[in-house]
Amino acid sequence: MLKTTPLNSIHRASGARMVDFGGWDMPVHYGSQIEEHHAVRTTCGLFDVSHMQVVDIEGSGARTFLSHALANNVDKLQVPGKALYSCLLNEAGGVIDDLIVYFFREDFFRLIVNAGTAEKDVAWLNGLARRGDYPVSITPQRDCALLAIQGPKAREAFWQAFPATRAATEGLAPFNAALAGGMMVARTGYTGEDGFEVAFPSRHAEETWKALVASGARPCGLGARDTLRLEAGMNLYGQDMDEGTSPLDAGLAWTIDLKTKRDFVGRERLEADGSKWAFLGLLLLEAGGVLRSHQRVVADNAEGEVTSGTFSPTLSQSIALARLPLGIAPGALVNVLVRDKPLSARVVKPPFVRNGQILVQGEAR
Amino acid sequence: MNVPKDLRYTESHEWLRREADGTLSVGITDHAQEQLGDIVFVEAPAAGRKVAAGEAVGVVESVKAASDIYAPLAGEIVAANAALSGAPEQVNTDAYGAWMFRLKPDDAGAFDQLLDAGAYEKAAAE
Repeated sequence: MLKTTPLNSIHRASGARMVDFGGWDMPVHYGSQIEEHHAVRTTCGLFDVSHMQVVDIEGSGARTFLSHALANNVDKLQVPGKALYSCLLNEAGGVIDDLIVYFFREDFFRLIVNAGTAEKDVAWLNGLARRGDYPVSITPQRDCALLAIQGPKAREAFWQAFPATRAATEGLAPFNAALAGGMMVARTGYTGEDGFEVAFPSRHAEETWKALVASGARPCGLGARDTLRLEAGMNLYGQDMDEGTSPLDAGLAWTIDLKTKRDFVGRERLEADGSKWAFLGLLLLEAGGVLRSHQRVVADNAEGEVTSGTFSPTLSQSIALARLPLGIAPGALVNVLVRDKPLSARVVKPPFVRNGQILVQGEAR
Repeated sequence: MNVPKDLRYTESHEWLRREADGTLSVGITDHAQEQLGDIVFVEAPAAGRKVAAGEAVGVVESVKAASDIYAPLAGEIVAANAALSGAPEQVNTDAYGAWMFRLKPDDAGAFDQLLDAGAYEKAAAE
């Protein structure tokens, strides 16, 4: 039996194509994934991401606990509402999950974690808290709807639907959140566009969804979410990294704080092992297929692997994120084996697209 | 489900149309394109190639997945639809117009043994 979000019947009534997404019955698109993608780049799209899990960390030990549990440094969070992207590592330096942590009060932080990993994350965090005897309570919020409204017109559409939240959210800088109108409104996203991610009680899910659609937000499925995040150069847990991957080999070194002396889980191994791979983007230069995860990348005498690939609707060509031999730099030409056929690709530094603008140098196919 | 009565079908979701010259146009069904989503790449077999029934002869890729196209019958590829490589989205907008290749079957009678619309509809619904 698949798990459902509070918006399941709305998706079905809107003609969504539903798929089993890690045990969740989720919309992959509502007609055209590519049109949904363009809607987010040019106007405004709306995603149901209620399969993701809100986990509240409360109590006097919240900051000290997260400072130990997370690879990024929660001491960067001093202003209420500030958010931080971080990996949750195991002792071997592998990535248990990637998440966003929000700071609201010294005794109240909130994590939003991936759907497929939520259960093991909570078990892991409970174990850490017990072993270190931290005075914290760890509470997965089961009754929570999560929506992402994304695109250059997203915030305007949101305020049109919920004018009362405008005063509290208009001044939000990127990666900041506010509690307004019974919702948590965060200026974050997974698309490379401006917008909000909002969390609120499930019972308001349908009316909230309908109000945002009435304000001009186009329903978008997880298909567009994937092409948008890949263009934005954002990792997908389970594809670009997992428990067997060091964040240093997955382009996530910028999220690992090794400057302070802070003792966090996985630190020792990361420092001992260092980085073994470069993690960069690929732009397919010729026709012949689409880059996909697990395809082999041949660069001079060494090999790498595509970790996630797709067709980029914005660039009209195939793009990928890939683990490549150290020393390979943007600009290099490599071959990707697509159905055993070597196709030429250029190594580029992600992101490919941000705020509607193409940032990588393409070439005629 | 959009399944024209005048075509024949395979369980692997190809459709076939008998042309006036006896060759068979082959594409993928409306149901198949709907399952795949936005199609961004089509690789059809080259003319002149001899193929066996059930042999993978081409590829359709959507944003989300790659899918093989199979030769429905044994024979020779006599033409490939070059227009599709520049406009693969035609498979989405007009699945039964977007033929991928034409096949000259070894056995002209074999066409009639393939699934008719009713049988395909039943197979695809399963």
